[in-house]
Amino acid sequence: MSSSLGTQIATLARRSIVRTMRQPASAIPPLVFPLVLLAVNTSGLDAATRIPGFPTDSYLDFALAFAFLQGAMFSTMNAGTDLARDIQTGFLNRLSLTPMRGAALIAGHLGGVLALALVQAVAYLAVGLIAGASVQAGVLGALVIFALFFLIALGFGALGAFMALRTGSGEAVQGLFPLMFVLLFLSSMSLPRNLIEIGWFRTVATINPVSYLVEGVRSLIIEGWNGEALGLAFAIALGLVALGVSAASLALRTRLVRT
Amino acid sequence: MTDVHGIRAEALVRDFKGGVRAVDRIDLEVAPGEIYGFLGPNGAGKSTTVHMLTTLLPPTSGRASVAGFDVVAEGPKVRSAIGAALQEAALDPYLTGREHLRLQTALHGLSRDERSARGDELLARVGLSDAADRRVGGYSGGMKRRLDLALALVHRPEILFLDEPTTGLDVQSRTALWQEVGRLAKDEGVTVFLTTQYLEEADVLADRVGIIDHGRIVAEGTPESLKAEIGRPSVEAVPADPAEHGAVATVLERFGDPIPGSPVGVTVRLRGSEAELAEIVRALDAEDIAVAHLQVHAPTLDDVFLAKTGRSLEGAGAEPEPEPEPEAVPA
Repeated sequence: MSSSLGTQIATLARRSIVRTMRQPASAIPPLVFPLVLLAVNTSGLDAATRIPGFPTDSYLDFALAFAFLQGAMFSTMNAGTDLARDIQTGFLNRLSLTPMRGAALIAGHLGGVLALALVQAVAYLAVGLIAGASVQAGVLGALVIFALFFLIALGFGALGAFMALRTGSGEAVQGLFPLMFVLLFLSSMSLPRNLIEIGWFRTVATINPVSYLVEGVRSLIIEGWNGEALGLAFAIALGLVALGVSAASLALRTRLVRT
Repeated sequence: MTDVHGIRAEALVRDFKGGVRAVDRIDLEVAPGEIYGFLGPNGAGKSTTVHMLTTLLPPTSGRASVAGFDVVAEGPKVRSAIGAALQEAALDPYLTGREHLRLQTALHGLSRDERSARGDELLARVGLSDAADRRVGGYSGGMKRRLDLALALVHRPEILFLDEPTTGLDVQSRTALWQEVGRLAKDEGVTVFLTTQYLEEADVLADRVGIIDHGRIVAEGTPESLKAEIGRPSVEAVPADPAEHGAVATVLERFGDPIPGSPVGVTVRLRGSEAELAEIVRALDAEDIAVAHLQVHAPTLDDVFLAKTGRSLEGAGAEPEPEPEPEAVPA
């Protein structure tokens, strides 16, 4: 008697969603913090729109992409911390004694990440639109933002799962978060790269892949359809997913020592 | 290896990093339908043995079969035949008892209709129907252990591994769990491999007991045969005046061989039977020694442990067993 992979993924994803929703400390920050930071940045940096060459006259439009990226980074925490807790408490051993396949474990956790990402994406866009933002690429563009956001969340979630499986430590997973924030702040999140005056900062922002993820989402909001920006963003997001899932799968093989 | 549908291990070894040998060439055989008590102090190698037998940890060397399947070559078949409640009672505090059963039944491939019925049946059996929709984070230790047992039974396993199932439980919860485990073996023919550090648990529940210390099985047999092997009762006398400790020892050694016991008293293993107690009292009286406490002990499994290892199981807690390090899955 053995369940199908689909049933296993659905079962584990359902568990992941239920436990996330029952932990306000896990579910609320990914929804609220990016919006708070969006509000702070928008009110404090609005003058930046007067810089010659700034691509839009609404800093809210410009900064909305940042909320999506910051929100996606919370996926690392949620997926990784939950998995690390399963390892520490022995719950992973319980699952290992069932016919569960390794792929189902990772996919189930990431299913939970995607469910939360859907709520996050709707919340960010809804609040942005209510506050006066507009998406130049229209409804279809909004759907593409969602798709890109899901990929980015999936990639970061898989990296969190990798860290959890590699270390078995929730603290180690949480240690990733400041690092990711540094990556976010050293990107083009606050200013377009061509307007960053400090040389080293511009260089770092240019080689920082997070810049291209931000710019991909942003292009749909402030420009409309920019094939180059979108292509780069999707390529990096897909690469992130491939890297994260591969690393997590390898780490799972090591962690799951059942014969 | 024969196709015995129980548990069989031959020269099973598990080494950990740093050269720590947690399990050292153990041989054991558990017959179908038997309750086998694996008794030993903390760090003796009980949990490591269970992890190997349940396929969660590959042996360093040796062989083992469970339900007729090799634990290394046929891991998935072993897992489908066994249920296990491991030491941690690993449960998700954010899920309810019913949700745990739903998860477990789904992963084991029960149909949608069966999941609900089997879950309700098991919740009722372990007395958790009323608490089924409460989150497990609010359960008592006994309730968690009972849920753990229910989860292990979801797929009707023929062999059940229980790793220290009653550690930390109150007497009432412990007794309830013993009754359920006994019923499973008696009524359903489930083979039970039970690790414990409680002498009473092994004595009451197990058909046969294996005593493990420092990774080696030092004694094996029915509780009765093991105690009979030790045979003779012991007498412990505590002098009213601690200064007379030596005098008490001199008297008692006329009746038996000294063995370690209470630090304030003197304990000897009698050469004869319990009937010598009267003689001991008379001898102490003749020497004008007042005793505060005088007691005869029938042989216990602790005496067996003491005789085999030179230490008492009570308080013999060694180092905790090494945590398994992640390692590559064997080919």
